[in-house]
Amino acid sequence: MQFLDDVSMWQLIHNSPWLSSLIALGGLCFVSGLLLGFAALRFRVEGSPLVAQIDAILPQTQCGQCGHPGCRPYAEAIATGEAINRCPPGGQATIDALAHLLGLEPLPLDAEHGVASAIKTVAYIRESECIGCTKCIQACPVDAILGAAKLMHTVIASECTGCDLCVEPCPVDCIEMRPLTPPVQVWSWPAPSHTHLIASDRAL
Amino acid sequence: MDFFAILLGMVLVNNFVLVQFLGLCPFMGVSNQTSSALGMGAATTFVLTLASLCCYLVDHWVLVPLHIPFLRTICFIVVIAAVVQFAKLFIEKFSPLLYRVLGVYLPLITTNCAVLGLCLQNANKTMSFFQAGVYGLGAGLGFSLVLVCFSAMRERLIHADAPRAFKGPALAMVTAGLMSLAFMGFAGLV
Repeated sequence: MQFLDDVSMWQLIHNSPWLSSLIALGGLCFVSGLLLGFAALRFRVEGSPLVAQIDAILPQTQCGQCGHPGCRPYAEAIATGEAINRCPPGGQATIDALAHLLGLEPLPLDAEHGVASAIKTVAYIRESECIGCTKCIQACPVDAILGAAKLMHTVIASECTGCDLCVEPCPVDCIEMRPLTPPVQVWSWPAPSHTHLIASDRAL
Repeated sequence: MDFFAILLGMVLVNNFVLVQFLGLCPFMGVSNQTSSALGMGAATTFVLTLASLCCYLVDHWVLVPLHIPFLRTICFIVVIAAVVQFAKLFIEKFSPLLYRVLGVYLPLITTNCAVLGLCLQNANKTMSFFQAGVYGLGAGLGFSLVLVCFSAMRERLIHADAPRAFKGPALAMVTAGLMSLAFMGFAGLV
């Protein structure tokens, strides 16, 4: 068995352009990779955790009723100081959760941006009246409306977030918001209408 | 050549943008605002200096001893890409505002032909490590100077009462051409 000593190894690399090219390029890439890996760890930027927390509370309907193009931009705006009461789909529950997270006073919903409905609704297209104009498809922020030009459209009820944005653009007013009837698997007794369940509630 | 002569030569006489016509993409792209032009100039100067030094080391310690100078282009591109990525991480950490202003033009420094052009030009000259750094610094300063001047002019040109056909990029191109003519006047200074 013959060993190559350092000098002959160097000679071999030196005399073969293929080998030296491979070693040079490979080494260069390896060193650059090491440097960048180190830099990526050393200069890591944590995204603002507050935005992610706010975004998690928002209902993710992406309806745009707050004046922002979606829930994430609204979360970023709240993090920089915008009012927390501009989310109608979330309703009072979302405002309370945001107030708790940010240490602010819970405000009533800003009526300028829409009203919260107590019951969940989904859009329903009266298909016999639909003329297939596709305007509601373009308005839908979650792509819950199915259809093509000059063909009847319909709503995928399980995708619809009930944001009302498709009602306005319809030229023949064939879209209505219908209350969502829960399927039997998740049905539960409705909550009692009066709030005084126990004696101490009355004191508040 | 001493330090000052190289610097003056690279900034005015052999200006990368207006005399050698390298790096025109950011020159037209990031010159809408003086503030972002300053940031871009600083970032490019940083990358040019660092890339010039790194490419010098790679050329003299790896490519020349191994007799593979034909690999210069591809090796320099690797080095430049690594330096730009490093600069991007650095800026993202220490100046998020500048990072947002530069946007896509920051990674595009990689494909800025001024950087590769400088490294290839340096490889064809005989120079010391220190001189390579000064060449890079001079090229960067020249780029920044021209970019800032041009952006200051463009900020005023927006409000100029120009014919409609000349508004925007057309006027910017004409301005760049006139600036180039002016810089040609420095020929023979060094």
